[in-house]
Amino acid sequence: MSETNGSGNGKTATAAPAANVQLNIIGMSKNDYRGAATTLCAGCGHNSISNQIIAAAFELNIVPEDVIKMSGIGCSSKSPAYFLNRSFGFNTLHGRMPSVATGAMFGDHLLKAIAVSGDGDTTNIGMGQFKHIMRRNAPVVYIIENNGVYGLTKGQFSATAERGLKLKYQGTNPYTPVDIVQEAMSSGATFVARSFAGDANQVKSLIKAALSHNGISVLDIISPCVTFNNEDDARHSYGWGREHQEPLHDFTFVPKEQEIVLTDFAEGTTRTVEMHDGSKIVLKKLDREYDPTKRSEAMRLIEESHAEEVLLTGLIYVNEDLPSLTDIYKLPARPLNRMTDNEIRPAKSLIEKANAMMF
Amino acid sequence: MATPQVKEAPVKAGQPVVNDFSMTVATKNGSGSQTSNLTLLRALFKMGIPVSGKNLFPSNIQGLPTWYTIRISKKGYLARRDSQEVVVAMNDDTFVADLKSVVPGGAFLYGDHLKFAIDRNDISVYSFPAKELAKNSTAPANLRDYVANMAYVGVLAHLLDIDMSKIREALEYHFDGKEKPIAINMGVIEAAHAWSVANIKKTDPYRVEPMDATAGYVMADGNTAGALGSIFGGVQFAAWYPITPASSLAEALAQNISAFRDVEGQDGKTYAVVQAEDELAAIGMAVGAGWSGLRAMTSTSGPGISLMTEFAGLAYYAEIPVVIWDIQRVGPSTGLPTRTSQGDILATHFLGHGDTQQILLLPGSAQECFEFGWKSFDIAERMQTPVFVMSDLDLGMNQWMIKPFEYPDRPMDRGKILWEKDLEQLKNGWKRYADVDGDGIPYRTVPGNKAPNSAWFARGTGHNDEAKYSERSEDWERNMLRLKKKFETAAQYVPEAILDSVPGAKIGIVAYGSSDHAIIEARDYLAQDGIKTDYLRLRAVPFTSAVQEFVNSHEMIYIVEMNRDGQMHKLLQLEFPGLATKLMAIAKHDGLPLNARWVKDEIQKKEGLRHE
Repeated sequence: MSETNGSGNGKTATAAPAANVQLNIIGMSKNDYRGAATTLCAGCGHNSISNQIIAAAFELNIVPEDVIKMSGIGCSSKSPAYFLNRSFGFNTLHGRMPSVATGAMFGDHLLKAIAVSGDGDTTNIGMGQFKHIMRRNAPVVYIIENNGVYGLTKGQFSATAERGLKLKYQGTNPYTPVDIVQEAMSSGATFVARSFAGDANQVKSLIKAALSHNGISVLDIISPCVTFNNEDDARHSYGWGREHQEPLHDFTFVPKEQEIVLTDFAEGTTRTVEMHDGSKIVLKKLDREYDPTKRSEAMRLIEESHAEEVLLTGLIYVNEDLPSLTDIYKLPARPLNRMTDNEIRPAKSLIEKANAMMF
Repeated sequence: MATPQVKEAPVKAGQPVVNDFSMTVATKNGSGSQTSNLTLLRALFKMGIPVSGKNLFPSNIQGLPTWYTIRISKKGYLARRDSQEVVVAMNDDTFVADLKSVVPGGAFLYGDHLKFAIDRNDISVYSFPAKELAKNSTAPANLRDYVANMAYVGVLAHLLDIDMSKIREALEYHFDGKEKPIAINMGVIEAAHAWSVANIKKTDPYRVEPMDATAGYVMADGNTAGALGSIFGGVQFAAWYPITPASSLAEALAQNISAFRDVEGQDGKTYAVVQAEDELAAIGMAVGAGWSGLRAMTSTSGPGISLMTEFAGLAYYAEIPVVIWDIQRVGPSTGLPTRTSQGDILATHFLGHGDTQQILLLPGSAQECFEFGWKSFDIAERMQTPVFVMSDLDLGMNQWMIKPFEYPDRPMDRGKILWEKDLEQLKNGWKRYADVDGDGIPYRTVPGNKAPNSAWFARGTGHNDEAKYSERSEDWERNMLRLKKKFETAAQYVPEAILDSVPGAKIGIVAYGSSDHAIIEARDYLAQDGIKTDYLRLRAVPFTSAVQEFVNSHEMIYIVEMNRDGQMHKLLQLEFPGLATKLMAIAKHDGLPLNARWVKDEIQKKEGLRHE
């Protein structure tokens, strides 16, 4: 189709970078992974997560055109505009991103999907779709930027707000909070992690690991809202997070191209999880004995974290054995959206077969 | 002018009525009568007699009353009639009313296990030992109640002269050639036939005779036809949620797609059919797949359409191709879920908030369900917008005698889609929402395109030509006006309305969808009474130029439809405000397929008033 014209859209292949700009092994600079300037508040946890998405994609040498970005509605859901400008993106409907992401994965199943949602988008309006994308094991990195509060509509409680939380215009929250990790586990998610926007390194490592998982990966990232819910005693604040974060393990993601140098880890203190694409996750033991490949362990751990009032972060559960959504549908090697007309319209002779089916 | 009452021609005693009557079978839902009724319908069809079958069923799994009506018409009239000449009663709950429903001179057949007083002496009444015939059959004990319904097939075969070999053909088709069920059922039918020959003396005038009027036709339901049409349209993704009367479309798709699309040497499936958790997710998935470049669809009915509203608006505004089938039933809310309607026209055309105008295709037959099955994808991708195919329960779930499906007569139209090599040739890049060609239709790229300038950000928020977030008033207005222009362009791509005119007609009938047969028949009756009519069958919204010409060139236009408010009538009035006074609604909303006598009476009444 060559009859189009019109001026450029401002995006072009990378101009020759200055000599001092760092390039990854596919020759891209960090600029190739950036997005538009953020319009979120200064200090918002979401911006720090966007930065870690950029860093993870850059460090993993991902081609931006090989990623799609999906989101619902809310502050968090605006953020895909602020990273990976060269990736296709879809800012969908409030609470309905999972269904759109599910359908989109069929277009070109070789792409990676990074989905960003918020606690309201996921656990209030979107709980149904959230649970169903878990069951289907769609190969999507599903990040929930969880701050316990509605931002764009000015500070209402979300379903993850803790009982007793006091907000300026809303009074006291009388309800029990939803635990996203627990919901993900009970719905059959195959990669479940919790992190804290204040722990940039852990966020980045988890995003990298999630990108190598073949199935749904849920990252519940406590991402404080500096405007509406950041009092030190609030469960989704920077202050509480810093005081109460307890990493489950020292988490290292080793991409498949890199060899693990085992000498970095003392014998008997690490656990290695092999990912679908050959990458490895090396978990170095900290205070707790914990095996993230055991479902029952994960369920127990979540209950423990509630009882102990700690923000347990790290990889909570991983299962590399289940087929992903696109495996289940036995898609061909080539993307469906590259199929030619002849490959999708039955041959003319088959019309007889259709009529023969009728009486 | 007084309104003449149309009466059925009285039957003269002793004079046979051949191939021109209606027959209704009253049974309980879930009793297996569907197999018996379809067998009768198909046997008559194989005898070369024009037939139609309509299932009037309850929203229930087992026990509530259900009626199946077969119209036998040598003239080829396939619409529903109100009067029943032959009635078979197998349901004690409705026996009394069923007995009343037989026209004078008609025939009433019932299973002798139903003990009721027969208080009519103006009809022929026959009873038969349904239970005993089933008991004496080779059917296993647990299937006896089901095969008892085959007994009435055998008795009717005798009473009406239905060819037993054609009954066997029908059973062979139904049971896919499996010998055991064919033998069991045929055994009951033969035994009942023999019993009837020995025990019943026929006194009614109704019977059938072989004809040659169905050669070159097949029997099909619109939902299966729509599914097959979608397969020939290259559907790549379908998501759906169970709902009567739409489920059988998605089920036919899931069951048959492999037989047409899996070819040897392929390394995988070129399609996916997903049962979603609800209609919101069903259309959400389809919109996601449409955005990513697939021929994507969903199928539902009124309540599902309501749930799909927000996504329909998003897809309209973000300009995502997607096909949505609405197999209309009587609503709002649950309404009458097993009755037919054309009640979603206005809601669907304007589906979405803000200013939306959705494209509607209006199939009038099962062939057109097939045809619009593939065409809808071409239109959706050409126009980059949702396309709604507005079928209904009658069209979708009943068996229709139709001309065979035809292979698409043109290559696929994938619309204005740009891949890497296309983008390379564009020296100045491209803009997702720019109206380059002056037709309101922009160019699009889809995920997986590797060109560094291919990506764009889809959103329901305000956006400029470059698909960038914008709250500028000028951007908003320009975009919305372009969408309006795009909708006007769609009139060139949708199926043209079909005109049937007669010399000297001053009035016109406009109708659409499954009422076609009722209109055809009603026009004949009107003509017999000296009222000549032209007929325009709409096949799409936006209205094509033929619609404007038709409205211009007639004194009076009667818009016949199956809803309360005359929804298409209202759309036409909006389209042609200056001509609104000559547009008159003829609307019925009883949940039943339209019948020709009613249409004729209504038009005659209104014409009478007009000339008073």
